[in-house]
Amino acid sequence: MLLQRFLIRLLTMLITLFGVAIVVFVVIRVAPGDPIAMMLPPGATDDDIARLRALYGLDKTIVQQFFIWLSGVVRGDFGTSISLRQDVLGLVFNRLPATLELAIVALIMAVAIGGTTAVLGARERGTAVEAGIDIASGAALSIPDFLWGLVLILLFGVLVPIFDISGRVSPQLDLPFATQFYFFESLLRLRFDLTWDLLKHMLMPAVALALPLAAIISQLLKQSLKEVLDLDYVVLARVKGFSETQVILREALKNAALPTLTLVGVQFTFLIGGTVIVERLFSYEGLGNMAIDAVINRDLPLIQGIVLVFALLFVLINLVVDMMYALLNPRLRHG
Amino acid sequence: MSACLDIANLSAVLPNGQRVLRSVSLAVQPGEVRALVGESGAGKTMIGKAVLGVLPSSVRLVEGDMLLEGEDLGRLQPKARRTLIGARTALIPQDPLTALNPSRRIGPQMTDRLVRILGWSGEKADRRTRQLLDEVQIRDPERVLKSYPHELSGGMRQRVLIAAAFAAEPRLIVADEPTTALDVTVQKQILRLIAALQREHGTAILFVTHDLGVVAKISQKVSVLYAGKVVEEADTAALFAAPQHAYTRALMAATPRYTDPFASLKPVDGAVLAGLAAEIAAADLAWRRPHG
Ligand SMILES: Nc1ncnc2c1ncn2[C@@H]1O[C@H](COP(=O)(O)OP(=O)(O)O)[C@@H](O)[C@H]1O
Ligand SMILES: [Mg+2]
Repeated sequence: MLLQRFLIRLLTMLITLFGVAIVVFVVIRVAPGDPIAMMLPPGATDDDIARLRALYGLDKTIVQQFFIWLSGVVRGDFGTSISLRQDVLGLVFNRLPATLELAIVALIMAVAIGGTTAVLGARERGTAVEAGIDIASGAALSIPDFLWGLVLILLFGVLVPIFDISGRVSPQLDLPFATQFYFFESLLRLRFDLTWDLLKHMLMPAVALALPLAAIISQLLKQSLKEVLDLDYVVLARVKGFSETQVILREALKNAALPTLTLVGVQFTFLIGGTVIVERLFSYEGLGNMAIDAVINRDLPLIQGIVLVFALLFVLINLVVDMMYALLNPRLRHG
Repeated sequence: MSACLDIANLSAVLPNGQRVLRSVSLAVQPGEVRALVGESGAGKTMIGKAVLGVLPSSVRLVEGDMLLEGEDLGRLQPKARRTLIGARTALIPQDPLTALNPSRRIGPQMTDRLVRILGWSGEKADRRTRQLLDEVQIRDPERVLKSYPHELSGGMRQRVLIAAAFAAEPRLIVADEPTTALDVTVQKQILRLIAALQREHGTAILFVTHDLGVVAKISQKVSVLYAGKVVEEADTAALFAAPQHAYTRALMAATPRYTDPFASLKPVDGAVLAGLAAEIAAADLAWRRPHG
C-alpha cells in the first residue's frame, strides 16, 4: 500500500520532469535569438555558421536534437555550455549551493517572522497589536521580492551603508571551503568571521525574498490559529489553567500549521523562482544569476540544464511537504 | 459554611445589546450535584463558561458576582483567576469527539494539568491517571494512554475526559451535557459512571442538561433556566413532586416518557412561552433603565 503510493509518486515526478524538459526544449528553440550568431564575429561566412551549427548539433530537427540531448541526460551528460565552453552539470552544481543557501536562509527567516507574528496576532486578537500586524503583513505582501530588494539597497546599501550590496563574499578573503555551501560550512568550521561576511552579503537578498512569504505565512497561520482557538479542546486547555500563549503553542499551533504547511511548500517554490531576479539585483553568484546570463547568450544547453535542476528542486520540495504533512497528522501516519 | 460555587445576579450581553443571561443566581454546595436544566439556547453552556472563565470574546459580563469557595473570581487578576480555576475546577465537555486534541496522545493530555499547573511529579501524575482510568472501567490503560483520540470510540473518549476531570480532585466540576453526544446505550453507562465517581470523590457538580430524566437520576438540586433567566429552583424531589412555575410544568409535559418514542416531538406549550416572553421583555425594560 505504502510502496504503491511511493511508486505512483515517483512516476508522477518523472513524468513532470519529462514534460518540463520537452516544453523548455521546444520553447527556447522557437523563441527568437540565435546562439551561433552571437558567438561569431561580424563578417563570418555562411560556411562558418553551418559548421558551428553542426558542431552543436543545431542542424538536426528539434525531435532529433531532443533525443540526442535526452540520451545524454540519461547518462548524466547535460552537454557543454555554448557561452562558457564548460560541462553544464559542473557549472550547475558549482552555482546551485549558493542559491540553495540563499533560499533556505530566506525560508527560515520567513517562517520565523511569519510564525512569530501569527502567534502574537492570534494571542492579541481583536486588539491594536493584531491590527498593526495585519497592516504590516498587508504591506509586505503587496510589494514583490525584487522591489523589496531595491528598497533594501536604497536603505542599507546607499543611505545607511551597513550591508554589502554586491556579490556573495568579500573577494579579498581566503576561503578554506571544501564545498560550495560557504555559509553552512563556515558555521560547521566555526569560522564565524566568514559567516559574518557571508551574512552581510546574503542578508538583504534573503530578506527581500523572505518578506512576501513571511506575510503569507503570518496571515494564513493567524487565521487558522484563530479558528482552532475556538475549538473545544482548546477551551478545555484554558480550563485546565494554561495561559493563552501556552494554549497556542501546545494545543493550537501544530493543528493550525497543517493547512499553512501545504501553502508554504508551494510558496517556497515561488521563492526559489524569485532568486533569479533577486540574485541578479545583488550580483549574487548563484544559479539564478547564471540563468539570466544563459538566456542573454542563448546558451541552449545551459538553460535546459538550469531549468531541469529548478524543476527537480520544485518536485522534491513538494515531496518533502507531503511527507511532513503525513508526519504531523497522526490520522495519515497509519494510513 | 461557604458554598462551593455561588453565582449572584449574573448578567451577560452580546455586542448587539441582547441579554443572554438575566440576573442569574445559583449556588452549588460542597459535594452536591445541581442540575441546570433548560431548552437549547437557554444559556446553560454560557453559565458554565462564565464560571470557568472561558466565555467567547463576544459575550460580556455586565453585572453580578461569582464566588468559587469564597474567592471572588471577578476581583482576581487574570493569571490568578486562571490558576485558581485550573486547580479547583474541571470541565466534562459535551462532545468527546472534539474535546481532545487530535494530534496529541491521550496520556499527556490527561497528565499535563497535574504536572504543569499543579506541579505534581510525572510519576505521581501517571499513577493518579492510571487509577482514574481504572475507576472509569478502562481495562487496558496502557493502550489508551498511548492512543491518539481518533483511535478510541466516543464512549471511551468520554471516559477518558471524565477520568481527567476527576484526576486533579477538583472541588467543582462543570459537566456540560456530558451524555448528549453519545449513543443511547452508552449514555446510561456514562451517567452511572459520573454519579459513582461523584459519590466516591465527593465532588460538587454543576450538571448542565436539557433532559429532565437525567435531572431526576443525578441531581439533588435543580435550577430551571429559560432565556437566560432562572425561573425556578428547588430540591430535585420537590420539583418533580410539585413544580411551581408554569414553564417547569410545561417542560415536564413535553418531556418524553421512555415508553413513548413519539412523546419527544411534543413542543413546550405555546401559551406558557408567550406569557414568559412578555414577563422577560418587561424585566429587560426595567433592567435597561438604571444601566442606561
Ligand atoms: N459565541 C457566541 N457568541 C454570541 N452568542 C452566542 C455564542 N454562543 C451562544 N450564543 C447565544 O447565547 C445563547 C445561549 O447559548 P448557550 O449557552 O449555548 O445555550 P444552551 O447551552 O443552553 O443550549 C443562545 O441564544 C446563543 O445563540
Ligand atoms: Mg449548551
